[in-house]
Amino acid sequence: MTNSIRDIHLADVLLVTGSNTTEAHPVISLEMKKAVRKRGAKLILIDPREIELANFAALHIRPRSGTDVAILNAMANVILAEGIADKEFIATRTENYEALVEAVKDCTPQWAEDVSGVPSDLIVEAARVYGHAGSAAIFWAMGITQSSHGVDNVQALANLALLTGNFGKPGSGVNPLRGQNNVQGACDMGGLPNVITGYQSVTDEAVRGKFETAWRSPVKIPAKPGLTVTDMMHGILDGKIKALYIMGENPMLSDPNINHVKQALERLEFMACQDIFLNETAQLADVVLPGVSFAEKEGTFTNTERRVQLVRPALPVKQGARRDLDIICDLGQRIGERIGERTSGFAGAIHPVTNWDYDNASAVWDEIAALTPSMTGISHARLEHGGLQWPCPNAEHPGTPILHREKFTRGLGRFTPLTFREPMENPDAEYPFTLNTGRILQHWHGGTMSRRSEGLDWVVPEGEIQINDADGAQLGVKTGDLIRVSSRRGAVTGKARLTGKLPRGMVFMTFHFAELPANRLTGDAVDPVAKIPEYKVSAVKIERV
Amino acid sequence: MIKADRIVTTTCPYCGVGCALNLHLKQDVVYKVTSPFDSPANRGNLCVKGRFGYDFIHAKDRLSRPMIRRDGELVSATWEEALGYAAGRLLEIREQYGADSIGFLVSAKCTNEENYLLQKAARGLIGTNNVDHCARL
Ligand code: SF4
Repeated sequence: MTNSIRDIHLADVLLVTGSNTTEAHPVISLEMKKAVRKRGAKLILIDPREIELANFAALHIRPRSGTDVAILNAMANVILAEGIADKEFIATRTENYEALVEAVKDCTPQWAEDVSGVPSDLIVEAARVYGHAGSAAIFWAMGITQSSHGVDNVQALANLALLTGNFGKPGSGVNPLRGQNNVQGACDMGGLPNVITGYQSVTDEAVRGKFETAWRSPVKIPAKPGLTVTDMMHGILDGKIKALYIMGENPMLSDPNINHVKQALERLEFMACQDIFLNETAQLADVVLPGVSFAEKEGTFTNTERRVQLVRPALPVKQGARRDLDIICDLGQRIGERIGERTSGFAGAIHPVTNWDYDNASAVWDEIAALTPSMTGISHARLEHGGLQWPCPNAEHPGTPILHREKFTRGLGRFTPLTFREPMENPDAEYPFTLNTGRILQHWHGGTMSRRSEGLDWVVPEGEIQINDADGAQLGVKTGDLIRVSSRRGAVTGKARLTGKLPRGMVFMTFHFAELPANRLTGDAVDPVAKIPEYKVSAVKIERV
Repeated sequence: MIKADRIVTTTCPYCGVGCALNLHLKQDVVYKVTSPFDSPANRGNLCVKGRFGYDFIHAKDRLSRPMIRRDGELVSATWEEALGYAAGRLLEIREQYGADSIGFLVSAKCTNEENYLLQKAARGLIGTNNVDHCARL
């Protein structure tokens, strides 16, 4: 998020799209509702489903799945046509404005209506409400990014914020709501193929040199970015990837096209899984290393507003298991020693043995801070009192609740001209429905934690397949009937639930339930840049069983 | 009324809001969860997962010993065996097929420090940038 959870209530307008905030980020939705109820903020909701936030929305735009860019470009078109853009902001803080003007010139509200099915006057109204706001904040989640053109969607949103000067002030900004508790941190820590900590690029020689020296690394860090998860799975089938080390993830449930993932994992020569349960992926492993839960460990998580917060050990380590930090250090030490014994085996070996001996998580953090300019000022001791938001460059710095105050990281904010593209797999005669996947309040991700919690599993014990009332009537299906949903990749069978909250033609499922795995149906079409799978639009058909 | 042996303040393991939690413990069981009112991200609010979703910590099927696959079956092993085997296999595969034949998945559920160290092992010991996690998903 460019802004903070704390300043949501300061926004005059909230634009929420591709986020069922109430179910996926419940406590943030409380702040949004507070802004609407207590301060009279206007909520513009863009979502095909009638989600709970719709009850609070001044405007609810329900586009055909995958047509976000059309709507957002048309909003930009209206903002320009009606002269409500922030001319001073555009002049002093942005570039490439002419390209944007050119790109949206033909994206009239009428054109967007034809593409998305949303009445043009609703689009005009949304553009006016957003454009005239003193401060307007945009929020999105996977509904925007899990698309074959997810990066376009995000850039189209950023264009709107740039056009109206909604950056660098309270109650504004572009605010992705990160899914899992420490997705932000996993990215910040270099858990990505192209960057090391704090988004320092592996293609930068000075960066690589700095880490190689600090780590006393026996090998060179390659200058070429590595493979993403999706590409690793393809890489296994192509014979390029032979081994995987997986910590705390279950790609067998969360990755697209599970059948393909299973085939791939079975082809590996070696797979190690470090986890607290023997999940579907670990069952295929060659080595299983039992780690511990968050309640038994020490360290930090970073939330969606870039706030680094302490995780404190509350319980003794489960007998027989080990702290994850100790597992990795032990493994690192062993690999390091063996490399030291026979350095000759490693072309380009530059140092003999690395050091994997840390006193505690705080010592590991100190190494991170020393190597990461945007986090240098953060230490576990400083986090004792409520956490700090990076960038935090020195020990006196109070952290950064709002990014881009005076300038953008890259200097000027750049407009991105975009053209609307259709999703990869639209419904057709054979597969006439659109499958959408998502989360519900009571469960979490692959269900590993939430489904073992008696109370949560009691409230929602099984997965359902939601379809629209009228579609159900047409198919002769009632709530509770068993139906089979199939796509070009696989099929699942489960109980139907009819609802008026979905548009016609849509099927909705969660991916929390191993026995009703929505990702057996999803495709592996990905965004060309971000490589995020298109989970929100897959063509499916429905049959009664 | 149960009185807590200890109350430990920590961070919710479910979603990216990052609510602060007070775990109330009695005989090493989390029996109740509240939130401090001055917590910066959530001001004392919690959702149903953050408040009630903790039985998994004490679940019977938590893994409690390392395992190695022998003759197609996962069987119990010591830490010494399991870590020695993992380190050995990773190095063998590295020598046979090169560093880029190995991939590492770090975790959106694990701590910053754990993620940092695992990508350090990938980049600084094995020598590959094949590091990612399932956050796109
Ligand atoms: S309590 Fe709920 S809203 Fe808060 S971090 Fe946990 S899951 Fe997210």
